[in-house]
Amino acid sequence: MPRTGVFICHCGSNIAGTVDIDQALEASRNFPGVVHADEYRYLCSEVGQDIIKKAIEEYNLDRVVVGTCSPRMHENTFRKAAAEAGLNPYLLEVANIREHCSWVHKDMEVGTPKAIALLRAAAAKAALNDPLEAPELDVEKRALVIGGGIAGIQAALDIAEAGYIVDLVEKDPSIGGRMAQLEKTFPTLDCSACILTPKMVEAAQHPNINLMTYCEIDEVKGFVGQFDVTIKQKARYVDPVKCTGCGICWEKCPSKTPSEFEMGMTKRKSIYVPFPQAVPMIPVIDRERCLYFKKGRCQICEKECPPQAIDYEQQDEYIERRYGAIVVATGYDQLDPSVYGEYGYGQHPDILTGLEFERLFNASGPTGGKVVRLSDGKPPKKVVFIQCVGSRDKARGMNYCSKICCMFTAKQAILLKEKVPEAKSYVFYIDVRTAGKGYEEFQRRAAEEYDVAYMRGQVGKIFPEDDYLVVRGVDSLSGRNIEIKADMVVLAAASIARHDAPDLGRLIGINSDSYHFFNEAHPKLKPVETHTAGIFIAGACQAPKDIPDSVAQASAAAVKAVGLLSKEKLLGEACTAEVDHSQCSGCLNCEAICPYTAITPVELEERYKDGTLQRTVAEVNPALCQGCGSCTVTCRSGSINLKGFSNEQILAEVDAICLQR
Amino acid sequence: MSAALNDNTAGWEPLIVSFCCNWCSYAGGDLAGTSRMTYPANVKVIRVPCSGRINPMFVLRAFQRGADGVLVAGCHPGDCHYTSGNYQSRRRLSAFKRLVEFAGFEPERFEVRWISSSEGDKFAEEMTEMTEKIKALGPNGKMRDARWQSVI
Repeated sequence: MPRTGVFICHCGSNIAGTVDIDQALEASRNFPGVVHADEYRYLCSEVGQDIIKKAIEEYNLDRVVVGTCSPRMHENTFRKAAAEAGLNPYLLEVANIREHCSWVHKDMEVGTPKAIALLRAAAAKAALNDPLEAPELDVEKRALVIGGGIAGIQAALDIAEAGYIVDLVEKDPSIGGRMAQLEKTFPTLDCSACILTPKMVEAAQHPNINLMTYCEIDEVKGFVGQFDVTIKQKARYVDPVKCTGCGICWEKCPSKTPSEFEMGMTKRKSIYVPFPQAVPMIPVIDRERCLYFKKGRCQICEKECPPQAIDYEQQDEYIERRYGAIVVATGYDQLDPSVYGEYGYGQHPDILTGLEFERLFNASGPTGGKVVRLSDGKPPKKVVFIQCVGSRDKARGMNYCSKICCMFTAKQAILLKEKVPEAKSYVFYIDVRTAGKGYEEFQRRAAEEYDVAYMRGQVGKIFPEDDYLVVRGVDSLSGRNIEIKADMVVLAAASIARHDAPDLGRLIGINSDSYHFFNEAHPKLKPVETHTAGIFIAGACQAPKDIPDSVAQASAAAVKAVGLLSKEKLLGEACTAEVDHSQCSGCLNCEAICPYTAITPVELEERYKDGTLQRTVAEVNPALCQGCGSCTVTCRSGSINLKGFSNEQILAEVDAICLQR
Repeated sequence: MSAALNDNTAGWEPLIVSFCCNWCSYAGGDLAGTSRMTYPANVKVIRVPCSGRINPMFVLRAFQRGADGVLVAGCHPGDCHYTSGNYQSRRRLSAFKRLVEFAGFEPERFEVRWISSSEGDKFAEEMTEMTEKIKALGPNGKMRDARWQSVI
């Protein structure tokens, strides 16, 4: 019989408000094997933990059950406390009587018996717990950063500065990301390129950073400390060693296609660098567009290239590397506002998104930095900005705030006034949200010093008339209908998750929220960790955010990665599968089902009568096993069990829960 | 003990055992709690690492021990923390559900749902719906083994 101690936490009134602690204690004392039961207001506190530690010694406890918050919250805290008192930490079980009980039920009559049932189940399971040891794992001292925008660059730089090798993988031909597309940054109006390009160059030149542009993640296997990643290097058709970046090839290339970097507003060549400050300054050939690849003729770039760097025979390459930690910083997409028919996006060249409008200010942009209408090349006199296009729209399932739009709209309105002094801006908004250092002041400046008219309300219809756009809306404060004859309309299209974020998440094994932004492990306390150990997230792939937040998060993710890489050994999963060789028939169904190739056949030599007998059985590698337990179900002879979640333990929980009536 | 087994009285409340995977559905249950949503206390959750860990034997045992409904919840297909565990459970448990029906037991008493860690609202909804359904269906009289209860 075990000697179990039960400890129930009040969690202030969080648990005690809905669970009668005395009654639960009384019931716990009658569970089989329970020799001691106690309670405390905050069990996770130092004092609370001491109560457990002292009781373990005083009552010679060999099992501990805590009735507290979710095991996902404090299981480790209590396991550590148990270990400090000399008990194997895996002999402790958590009954989740907060998230799964007191917080979801409203009164004691209901909450108390349920808490007792959960405690009984935990005690029944604990009685069958075995002491476990987590295996020690090696750590590959190399990090992978996925995404070469400002967040990825910052994370790579910080990890590199800490002394570890980083591979910075970017799917486009150049690093730089969204920030490279911006003209100015709020609230200081620094030129975006001026503060970004030095960082891009620093990343490219850092001895610890290995820049891998035009690369995609193909496969991720393994686990924390030992991720085995296959990276696809897409063929550039340009030899990066020979290329000097002189630019003759893209000057001479005769074939043109819409530029992704310029949001399709202007053309690029089929051999191209996405923008003038690209890093690395090595072009790629767009195989889909290149005349040589399409029709077998042209080859002008090859003929013109002074160092003869063009190589049409280049193939995609697959590079396999092992990493200790991964930082995901894949950024965001801008919503295509054509789903909002009322705004007429896509039907008129002077209805633009925020990012498109931004490019008009840029000297290397589609208009050479002149803010003019794309329809007739005239500077706009009246510009209407519409906020929350695709944000805060419950009807379309886009409930969240994109966070950056209020500020970039204020910025663009200011920039517009500076470029076109006679221009007048009108902003239709739901709420102006400018939380951030210097942000509110900046927005006030736009309204007060730059003559930007802010109107609370929504726009119902935009349509062209003569050579302007009629914007019809309602000022919801005065109730008046508003009609503005605008020269240009700028839609603050929502920041959305990258279109391929769900695929990437699946590939690397991290999950997303309902908008496909990657999930952090805890919304407050683990903002850059994911539920997969060793994988961290930074920047707008987690949720819409501005540059300072992205950079801060990137540095945070880098510290987490560095902390991991600095360890000599990691503790692996203790709850792994285990084969009872005496029962195993060697069918190896388990080998086929294991997602971690942790199960392999081994040959056993056993004494049998006078001779020996060769027998094949399954064997689990505890360093590879992640403890999903799928193998246990497939095992015909019932010879595989999962430590920590054994058949017997789970059945004991079932029995205990069903006993309550 | 036998008095406690009297489930035909007006005060009968169904018992629902829910097996939830640690990474998605159990976390969804935690989120339902942190968001202070409510669902009936009839539901008691057993945490397993993955829905792929759930042996149909566990479900049968719950019914034999008197559970009126069993709800398995795992990550959405494609989102499994262990890559493929929920594909295994989907295949196994849908075959198992047909077997339950073949054996003459109401298949509605056994359900499988995909609930992510961000779906606290869905967690609460599914638990409420299951409880309501089982209430309408009445007690599990068929598979429960009364002998066991009298032993204890």
